[in-house]
Amino acid sequence: MDRRKFLKLAAISATLAGGVPGFFNREVKAKAYTPPPGALTARRWGMAIDIKKCWEHPECNDCIKACHYIHNVPHIPDRKREVKWIWKDEFEHVFPDKPNEFNNILLAHKPFLLLCNHCEHPPCVRVCPTQATFKREDGIVMMDYHRCIGCRFCMAACPFGARSFNWVDPRPYIEHFNPEFPTRMKGVVEKCLFCYERLEKGQIPACVEACKHKALIFGDLEDENSEISRLLRSRFSIRRKAELGTGPSVFYLIG
Amino acid sequence: MFEKALVGSRKYWLWLAFLGVLILIGFLAFLAQLQYGLGITGMSRDVSWGFYVAQFTFLVGVAASGVMVVLPYYLHNHKVFGPVTVFGEFLAIAAVIMCLLFIIVDIGQTHRLFNVLLHPTPHSMLFYDMIVLNGYLALNVICGWAALHGEYKGVKYPRWVVPFIYLSIPWAFSIHTVTAFLYAGLPGRHFWLTAIMAPRFLASAFCSGPALLLIALLIAQKVSRFRVDPMAIDTLSKIITYALLANIFFFGCELFTAFYSNIPGHKASLIYLFRGLEGHAEWVIFMWMAWLLMAGAALLLVIPATRKNINTLVLACIMLFIGAWIDKGIGLLTGGFTPTPFETVTPYRPTVPELLISLGIWAVGFLIMTVLFKIAVAVKEARAA
Ligand code: SF4
Ligand code: SF4
Repeated sequence: MDRRKFLKLAAISATLAGGVPGFFNREVKAKAYTPPPGALTARRWGMAIDIKKCWEHPECNDCIKACHYIHNVPHIPDRKREVKWIWKDEFEHVFPDKPNEFNNILLAHKPFLLLCNHCEHPPCVRVCPTQATFKREDGIVMMDYHRCIGCRFCMAACPFGARSFNWVDPRPYIEHFNPEFPTRMKGVVEKCLFCYERLEKGQIPACVEACKHKALIFGDLEDENSEISRLLRSRFSIRRKAELGTGPSVFYLIG
Repeated sequence: MFEKALVGSRKYWLWLAFLGVLILIGFLAFLAQLQYGLGITGMSRDVSWGFYVAQFTFLVGVAASGVMVVLPYYLHNHKVFGPVTVFGEFLAIAAVIMCLLFIIVDIGQTHRLFNVLLHPTPHSMLFYDMIVLNGYLALNVICGWAALHGEYKGVKYPRWVVPFIYLSIPWAFSIHTVTAFLYAGLPGRHFWLTAIMAPRFLASAFCSGPALLLIALLIAQKVSRFRVDPMAIDTLSKIITYALLANIFFFGCELFTAFYSNIPGHKASLIYLFRGLEGHAEWVIFMWMAWLLMAGAALLLVIPATRKNINTLVLACIMLFIGAWIDKGIGLLTGGFTPTPFETVTPYRPTVPELLISLGIWAVGFLIMTVLFKIAVAVKEARAA
């Protein structure tokens, strides 16, 4: 039984057994969750993307392929309806506030890797009316597909375009089906979840594992000895739209 | 009292039948949407809210505007509004029901709607919106029905409704304020991130709602022996005038802030709406039309001669209603989503099923409004006779 299912069952039985007190306790239970032995844990998960390494291999899309395969992300050709968890876009679109018309030779039209930033103060969580989007204590911004009502408020609130909505049934668009991860239904929102399901099993995120050039670094931002913390201290990095105050946990190493 | 809705002229029944057909078509389109998903609409990853939410936003305003007749009557004892308050309340009932229906059709997992109640989320504005909308519906049903029932029985409204009436006044402001807060306060959406979002919403509501009420009252007057006091029409038209002027003024404030500060992000949505951006100009003509209509209506309303003339008054009301509807129903939504977080433009166009569903919901609203107004008029006619 996975964690969510367990929590649901627990909540239902608690509500049945305890009546009203059980109803109010439910949230407390969700927080009291302890990861299974062997799980990777952190106080705040984050990712650094060594963008220069990425540029050395412009044809490489291993991270995207691995993520989208493992999570049954459908391949919908219609750009207006597509679902994506991790993808590439050019500098001007990723950092719309940063272009410099006099000196953009370095970065103009350069591809950047995009995914949910697992913000420290995520507006998507703030607006969600059902707590289908919630932030875990380790910083991962989660999605509960079973609770999402599909109001798409979170999409309006996310300033990074990180969320996709299933406008139609996604299942026919899954190219290679992975039975180990649930598929989604029409009418719910989805996005990158920092591979919470792999962390539980002691594995690093699929994109990080798939990158043979070691361009993706995943780790605990609050642990000063972690590789990511050391990198962020020693190299120049930027974050998307940091001025909005959402506190993205994804960093782009450019210097 | 309800039996009054069951007797009517041929025209009355034809009108109801016509609305019934529209409702049926809309309902069938909605079934198709349930089956296929929201992919049946023109919305996209970039413009994730569309016509439904826009209609919802506009109609919250219409609902809130009922207070513009209730408030002067109960707070300022403006006697001439006495006979029309119940119409304001009934208009609000129809509008709130339409709002709720638009939310229902906009949700991807319709049957999970009650998750909003099961998992109350006090940090989500949608949670409060649900509370204030349903509360407002209840208040108007109570107040409107009690007042009319009193009249039916030939007595003054019962004392116990008085607190509800007073409560309904700030409540009306709250529904549109909370709806404005759904938009204001989202990071990265410059067009919505403005402190005067709620005042703007109220101003546009307090001109377009009473305009609709005025037209409806004049129609009711035409098809029955019920008479509206010309003084009530006069006050109502003044309320519409000032609200419209405030609406135009607020919009001017937005223009000033965006263009004087000269910050690209703040200008981009306005440029998209009024001039087109990156070759996309789908709404330019609509937006100009909207504001020209509102400016024209303002002119007609400000000049006493044209405001006092019923024909030009009605014309002005129609103009401003269409103008406010385009501005809020189309401009506000698409402007907020354009440019996208990637500074690109993804055009949004409602599809035919989307429009049919919306039309069906409007028909529901008009049906409710017709029936309620019919009852109210019949009661008043019986009193007068
Ligand atoms: S990037 Fe968007 S979806 Fe991800 S946590 Fe931040 S606001 Fe939420
Ligand atoms: S679409 Fe789902 S996850 Fe997003 S705000 Fe609505 S209920 Fe929450």
